[in-house]
Amino acid sequence: MNLLEATGVVKKYANHLALNNVDIHVPENEIFGLLGPNGAGKTTFIRIINHITMADQGEILFNGKPLTSKDIYRIGYLPEERGLYKKMKVGEQALYLAQLKGLSKKDAYNKLKYWFEKFEIGAWWDKKVEELSKGMQQKVQFIVTVLHEPKLLIFDEPFSGFDPINANLLKKEILELKENGATIIFSTHNMSSVEELCDNICLINKSKTILKGHVNEVKQAFKSNQVMINFIGDEELFKQQLNGNYHLQSIDEKQGSFLAKVQMKKESETNQLISSLLPDFKILGFNEILPSMDEVFIKAVQQSNANQ
Amino acid sequence: MNKVFLIIQREYLTRVKKKSFIIMTLLSPVIFAAMMVVPAWLSSQKDTNEKNIAIEDNSGLYHSAFKSSQYIKYQYLKPESASNKKEIINNKIDALLVINSNLLHNPDDIHLYSDGQVTLDVINHIKQNINSHLRTEKLSSYNIEGLDEKIKEINKVKVKINTIRLDDDGTEKQSSAEFALAIGMISALLIYFIMIIYGTQVMRGVIEEKTNRIVEVIISSVKPFQLMIGKIVGIGLVALTQFFLWIVLTAGVVFFVQLSFSGGTSDKVEITQTVDTPQEVGTQSADQAHEVQKTINKILGILKDANMPLILGLFIFYFIGGYLIYSALFAAIGSAIDNETETQQFVMPVLLPLILSIYVAMAAFRSPHGDISFWFSMFPLTSPVVMMSRIPFDVPLWELLLSMTILTASFIFFTWFAGRVYRTGILMYGKKVSYKEIWKWFIQAGK
Repeated sequence: MNLLEATGVVKKYANHLALNNVDIHVPENEIFGLLGPNGAGKTTFIRIINHITMADQGEILFNGKPLTSKDIYRIGYLPEERGLYKKMKVGEQALYLAQLKGLSKKDAYNKLKYWFEKFEIGAWWDKKVEELSKGMQQKVQFIVTVLHEPKLLIFDEPFSGFDPINANLLKKEILELKENGATIIFSTHNMSSVEELCDNICLINKSKTILKGHVNEVKQAFKSNQVMINFIGDEELFKQQLNGNYHLQSIDEKQGSFLAKVQMKKESETNQLISSLLPDFKILGFNEILPSMDEVFIKAVQQSNANQ
Repeated sequence: MNKVFLIIQREYLTRVKKKSFIIMTLLSPVIFAAMMVVPAWLSSQKDTNEKNIAIEDNSGLYHSAFKSSQYIKYQYLKPESASNKKEIINNKIDALLVINSNLLHNPDDIHLYSDGQVTLDVINHIKQNINSHLRTEKLSSYNIEGLDEKIKEINKVKVKINTIRLDDDGTEKQSSAEFALAIGMISALLIYFIMIIYGTQVMRGVIEEKTNRIVEVIISSVKPFQLMIGKIVGIGLVALTQFFLWIVLTAGVVFFVQLSFSGGTSDKVEITQTVDTPQEVGTQSADQAHEVQKTINKILGILKDANMPLILGLFIFYFIGGYLIYSALFAAIGSAIDNETETQQFVMPVLLPLILSIYVAMAAFRSPHGDISFWFSMFPLTSPVVMMSRIPFDVPLWELLLSMTILTASFIFFTWFAGRVYRTGILMYGKKVSYKEIWKWFIQAGK
């Protein structure tokens, strides 16, 4: 079941097309990666979901029904461009933002107490925002985003400004939110965190979706038929064996064994390659090399740009 | 609606709780009151040091001319003691007045010696004493019967013009041009300053939200228009609060100061009293107390006739209308730019009609029903200031209604216009904005 279904979304600005017939389906209770180069149209799409701007065309279903402005109570949005009133006290401000999301003052207060304790920032309650570091402010903002327990959470570059320790804490929290039933749209340029967290992804380039699917499927689709072979035997013989049929990209000696990166022409050659090596070498490992999400991103965007 | 209320509440409370607001609110009435009280107080401060003036009357004509007052004491010197002027002055005498001949023939032959500058009060006192003596002497020389009474009568003649306005139906109303002018001037200036001060506060608030990057966080929960209206109304309420507190506190301070400085009514009369012929001071202060009472009654009467509820009501209406128009424009400007240094090119055109309106208001005092006054009190960007300056001069009802209708329609239009620019502007960063660009946002927001 999809929590969010956007079909044929078009958004035009005065002199450019921000979204061109975009379809994005976000399955329920998943972390969904919304990826793309700068200016691809991600933020526009997120703003349409949040009712900040309106789509010119297209249909957006939320929980099976057309998205209305009432639904923003069930959405939590952490924008990339985010900040707080500098002169306001932390607690006061958190209460204000929570009330704007429809919580009663008392509810908001109790929930804030819980989260402030969880993040060990209870002592900041009466501090002015300008006294906090950027990372501290980000924590407060994260809390305010998730406080009203929305069904859909949208995080735009949530880790910016966090040190590794706090980034890990945040990752843990995001996974916990998912466990508790939330659906999360996660927009970032940090591909390693996509690999760590995301289930499905969608890649937007130049206002169009160019790639979508589960992270593993996407990687499979972009794999380049490379294998990593760990063997014991003669290096020169190994090179001769490959000669002509396979391309050796690199070979390193490591504690008596060799690690070789080999490029095949087709995936189906795998068994052939193994059987050709078996008589002369002791094979310790034979792994298919899957591309990193970074590589997938770059390849997909380059291909799409070349096609235009 | 509930959210707009939350926004209003935040905008209001954060500003009212600011130290600068509290200081300004408490300090300004003291300054206002000081501006009113200090000049009056200063002028009431007679030199309370006793001044002793010796008189050397060599003509022998003026032994009864000088009457000592509370602080100025005269003493006649015996003719033989008049030797060394310097010696006399050192000896507990502040000044020495020397008259050598008949002043009716030689008016210049009177000299005042002292070791320092003599105060104006002393000189005036001497002048009045001798003048009054000489006048009486001159009049006596005509040998008119019952002269003393006649002189007293002459001194009592005083003319004050009462201005009375005839209404259409012929009823008479006492009017006071000075008073009308004061009311018009004060309300026009107040509106002018409030629109500038609080209009720019709205602009700063919008820029603050933009530069702090909080705006996107908030408009994911509320509509941009709600945020804008909440801010405008919140700051408007701050303005009203400050305005109200100023009036109450100023009145309080003035009242308190008057009470503590002058004790009773008879002393207050003293403040307004100019130095008069000394021998008449006694009867005159009673006369003047009566006079002051009459003036107060008259002002109260004019206040009643001037229809204060109407003036106050219109003041609040034009204040709200004008504030809404200008703050909406300022909000649109704030949304279009990234920081305060860029405001200039957009603020100037908005301020121009406002500045112009003050000049027109000044002209309207001279000709409240002229063409210029009329048209500028209809044009919505100038009407709040210009109309307020005309109101004490009885503006026809249809003009008032027309002007108010135009103002209402305009603030609806300007808020709508500003809302559309604002919606796009607050999410634009790092773009050099031109008028053309703003126009595009306005058009585009309509799609």
